[in-house]
Amino acid sequence: MTTMTDPPQGSFRLSMLLNDTRYRSYTFQFIALVVLIGALAFLMSNLFANLAAAGLNISYGFLGEPAGYDVQQTLIEYTSQSSHMRAAWVGIINTLLVAFLACLTATVLGVIAGVLRLSKNWLVSKLMSVYVEAFRNVPVLIWILVINTIVISMPAPRAYRGETPDAEMFLGLIAYTNRGIYIPAPTWGPGSGIVALVFLASVAAIFFLRRYAIKQLFDHGRDIKTFLPSLAIFFIPTLLAYFIMGRPIGVDVPALQGFNFQGGTQIGRPLIALWLALSVYTGAFIAENVRAGIQAVSKGQTEAASSLGLRPNRVMNLVVLPQALRVIIPPLISQFLNITKNSSLAIAVGYADVTATLGGITLNQTGRAIECILLLMLFYLTISLLISAVMNVYNRSVSLKER
Amino acid sequence: MKKSVFFGALTVAGLAAGVAAAGTLDDVKARGKLNCGVTTGLVGFAAPDANGEWNGFDVAVCRAVAAAVLGDASAVEFVPTTGKTRFTALASGEIDMLARNTTWTFSRDVDLKFTFVGVNYYDGQGFMVPKELGVSSAKDLDGATVCIQTGTTTELNLADFFRSNNINYEPVPIETNAEAQQQYLAGACDVYTTDASGLASTRATFEAPGDHVLLPEIISKEPLGPLVRHGDNEWGDVVRWTLNALITAEELGVTSANIADMSSAAGDNPEINRLLGTEGTLGEMLGLSADWAKNAIAVSGNYGEIFEKNIGESTPIGLARGLNAQWTDGGLLYSPPFR
Repeated sequence: MTTMTDPPQGSFRLSMLLNDTRYRSYTFQFIALVVLIGALAFLMSNLFANLAAAGLNISYGFLGEPAGYDVQQTLIEYTSQSSHMRAAWVGIINTLLVAFLACLTATVLGVIAGVLRLSKNWLVSKLMSVYVEAFRNVPVLIWILVINTIVISMPAPRAYRGETPDAEMFLGLIAYTNRGIYIPAPTWGPGSGIVALVFLASVAAIFFLRRYAIKQLFDHGRDIKTFLPSLAIFFIPTLLAYFIMGRPIGVDVPALQGFNFQGGTQIGRPLIALWLALSVYTGAFIAENVRAGIQAVSKGQTEAASSLGLRPNRVMNLVVLPQALRVIIPPLISQFLNITKNSSLAIAVGYADVTATLGGITLNQTGRAIECILLLMLFYLTISLLISAVMNVYNRSVSLKER
Repeated sequence: MKKSVFFGALTVAGLAAGVAAAGTLDDVKARGKLNCGVTTGLVGFAAPDANGEWNGFDVAVCRAVAAAVLGDASAVEFVPTTGKTRFTALASGEIDMLARNTTWTFSRDVDLKFTFVGVNYYDGQGFMVPKELGVSSAKDLDGATVCIQTGTTTELNLADFFRSNNINYEPVPIETNAEAQQQYLAGACDVYTTDASGLASTRATFEAPGDHVLLPEIISKEPLGPLVRHGDNEWGDVVRWTLNALITAEELGVTSANIADMSSAAGDNPEINRLLGTEGTLGEMLGLSADWAKNAIAVSGNYGEIFEKNIGESTPIGLARGLNAQWTDGGLLYSPPFR
């Protein structure tokens, strides 16, 4: 039942652009677009006019020239004779490394804190509130500096020296200093490839065992215990292979030599400080996302699951969390983006991320500020869009499937 | 000059691009204030005292220029800059001149388009280590962790030095001197490297300066001096000759004590007369008042007095004149003549 008639056709007058609600929004959008383009054009022409006045030009030729400076943490081969481009790549990889590590730990921390904040234990839930509020409400740069100060107050390598050293290596294997943590690194002898293959095969076997167990549970209602068998599969074949092959994998234990520890793997102090700071800071935000997500699942779901006889941890794992994820994932994406972007504060602790190499030393030594900043913007934009694209795919896979 | 409010992402581009056109001298006069870029704090060279007054060797140059141009040594707005921000600040016109122990290099002069008006301190890069490490030469530093300020020539010198001596090190880039000091004292690095004068200045602020030694190697030439933008020669001349006036004053024996006497009437020495404006029209040629150099020197004395007061051997920093003595005393300071 409708009384509306079609609007009269074919009598378009210019005044309708302002007076007719069908066209008015387009008019204003068009004006806004023109103003925006005009403003951008003005800024760009101003930029080029001033660059020309100063006798400068936009050129990316400097990227091929030798950088001339050294970087502490390089995951790819790099010397001071490598190009600025290479230095930028070193920085990009360092940025991605710290962002990846921080995303992982922040998520773990956030989920634990978020779930515990809903705990019925008064002390635990209040402790988590304190954590969340303290970390959410202080700027991340301050947390980075605070945590760096804490990390710096670990013993210096020289404390390990002498007859009665002030500090001792943990279990004789791990050295923790204010320059980083040195952990033993594996050395790969002949035949170690077979051990590694056996290890990978057993990991795959555990995976298939779990899938089989779930299938049995769903199809036949048989609940197969997988914990102990998994543990056995994880250790026994690999250990057997290790001894059969004549113990090919050794351990390179770090040892104090000269000024620093040598050997083993070094996890640098800047990385630790930045990683910890970004994790605990963003973990607080993720905790709130998780709490919101869990609380968004209606109580009836929990009660229904309980009345079916599910135990509380199964209620959480099988009923509440899958539904909560739908609420948690979208804000989680933006937290991951925040971590990536906040990692640009790395120079505060001397971590060589892309802002420190390309946007710092390279920019300074070449004086190509505009070129470097544009490249940096492009990099962060690309990475952020990539992360959100990947997370959106995941979000689609957990979102409500309407059949 | 186009001035516009920059916003959003183009702020950075705009800052680098908003190059002030010629006429800095007129701008400064119209503003009644000199914007001078200095360090964020390096005792002896530029640091605010307990009352928030900026003091130091580089600050004295800023004040002398302000006195020469505006007749008022306090008409200076000090803009603290880091190694990273200083060139953008100068190029964008945020500051009129930079007096921030900045090394005169080819690429900064030619490629970054700045004019170094002279040298007010001849320096070189050195190393500071804790005495207890027992290191006596920079060549013993194999495997050491080195704190460096980023955005400086020291990074490049350091890489070159260690590469040419074929030894390894771990660089820790630091943004400011204060942070570097904290990390060095905490033992997060074995060595702190920067210009030798900066090391001496930093060491002077330690609780126990005697526990730290400067290694004998000086691995680079670091002529430090004030600089201005390319393309404004009148302004460059003002800063250059103000610095020269301070140096010439020492050579001619004009001090803060006798300058009032000497400038009251023309004396026997024609060069002093020309310098102090009692003879000739040097001030007018620069576009300043006749007593411009007198004002500049009267602020805190001649070059030698400024040196002694801020960084000389009687101060905690305790730098000897060395290369920075007058040419007549075997140093490198040699001002062109005032005529």
